[in-house]
Amino acid sequence: MKLVTAVIKPHKWEDVRVALEAIGVTGMTVSEVSGYGRQKGHTEVYRGAEYDVALVPKIRLEIAIAEEDVESVITAIERAARTERIGDGKIWVSPLETVLRVRTGERDDAAI
Amino acid sequence: MDGYYAFMLVATALVLMMTVPALALFYGGMTRSKSVLNMMMMSFVSFGIASIVFVLWGWSEGWGADGAGNLNGKLIANPFHMWGLHGVSSSNFIYVLFQLTFAAITVALISGAVADRVKLSAWVVFVPIWLTLCYFPIAHNVWGGGWLSTHWVAQDYAGGTVVHINAGIAGGILALVIGKRVGWPREVNRPHNLTLTMIGAGMLWFGWYGFNVGSIVFSEDSLSDPKKFSAQFMSDTGATFMNTTIATAAAMLAWLLVERITHGKATSLGAASGIVAGLVAITPACGSVSLTGAIIVGAIAGGLCALAVGLKYKLGLDDSLDVVGVHLVGGLVGTLLIGFLSTKSAPLGVDGLFYGGGLGSLGDQTMAALFTLVWTGVLTTIIALAIKYTLGWRVTAEAEVDGIDADQHGESAYDLAQAKGLLA
Repeated sequence: MKLVTAVIKPHKWEDVRVALEAIGVTGMTVSEVSGYGRQKGHTEVYRGAEYDVALVPKIRLEIAIAEEDVESVITAIERAARTERIGDGKIWVSPLETVLRVRTGERDDAAI
Repeated sequence: MDGYYAFMLVATALVLMMTVPALALFYGGMTRSKSVLNMMMMSFVSFGIASIVFVLWGWSEGWGADGAGNLNGKLIANPFHMWGLHGVSSSNFIYVLFQLTFAAITVALISGAVADRVKLSAWVVFVPIWLTLCYFPIAHNVWGGGWLSTHWVAQDYAGGTVVHINAGIAGGILALVIGKRVGWPREVNRPHNLTLTMIGAGMLWFGWYGFNVGSIVFSEDSLSDPKKFSAQFMSDTGATFMNTTIATAAAMLAWLLVERITHGKATSLGAASGIVAGLVAITPACGSVSLTGAIIVGAIAGGLCALAVGLKYKLGLDDSLDVVGVHLVGGLVGTLLIGFLSTKSAPLGVDGLFYGGGLGSLGDQTMAALFTLVWTGVLTTIIALAIKYTLGWRVTAEAEVDGIDADQHGESAYDLAQAKGLLA
């Protein structure tokens, strides 16, 4: 079992959700986060004073999936989230030790 | 006359709205989210204190004349002669109230220069002292038949000197004496809610019709003849309403143009600021200039103020919400341009330099501006230093960083976690 975490541009979230649904992903956790990468923040001007705003708003998705689905899921996110401009975000995959469905007590692959 | 009286009831309520809540919203939106309540409270509290002080001795000190009729030619009138409006009939109360609302907004304007860092207790002490030593005397000298007006007859229809230069210089001095905010200008102090500021600016514009148009003064002729009264009422209010509108429109556009050229973008804060800069500049001039003159006054004020607000960073003066850049600069622009652009065809009927009236008007305007700068400059410095070394102006640095709303009022403006419905 793997945990796929993706940080993407907020306006691409709807495209990514549709793409994931199309390949049968049934659930995920989504949070509004802020941060910055190579793009850095941006500049705002108020009455002539320039402010560097370090943090950029992003959407973070967390999806627990079976090992064999990893490639199709990350490819779907990659395609849907890409604008080819700086700040498109990142995807990383990490191992999951165990997963438990609270309602039924099912474990691991049955719980995904 | 009945029509005029009804109009004054409305005009007075409009000017009240300029402080509570228009200015509070305009300023509040520009502060950080952790100090918006304190900023708004400074306007609200100013109105409360100014109201009481005004009826106790303000009217007497500014507009009273030691019982000797009109012009007394002195620097102040006797504050005790009409204590508590003694001898003023309730049928004249509305004229007192109209002036009361001006005193309130003037002192509230100053608060923008010292946002985020002043103890409420210090402000509560400052407001009545400043009104007594600076506002009522300047109003007396410019409008109340005092010393200045018996030497230089400056045109100040609704308060370029009395309100804007007065508040502007006072704000600059308070910012200097009180000092900059923790972390300024290194840290981000960007406005937390520009929609509040836009609403506030729009309400100020609306209220300003009470402020400018309501400042009509009738000639002796008009007062003795109802037909002439009615004619002057209509022609003067038409002129001042028009000038107020087009000068403000021109100033907003000029500010946006300057921003577009210097920073690449026209901003909403620029539009709100341009509106206020235009209103400030046309305040003294709305009864003195032609339609073209009003556009020029507005355009120059909008453009100059847009450039002036950047100066504080060069000077190292944390005039937080640009009371100097907008009110002092805008007030000076309007007051001095009257010397060039005033025309006999306008309500006050004086020709300035560009209309062949020579340097007389420009001289009068300059003297009124200088008088206000020097008088209020000196006295505000003394008041500010006296409070600094007795009561102390500032909240602790820790309270300032954590948020002055929590420290001074025990409240926070926004509970967004609760609004989202999560983990309330």
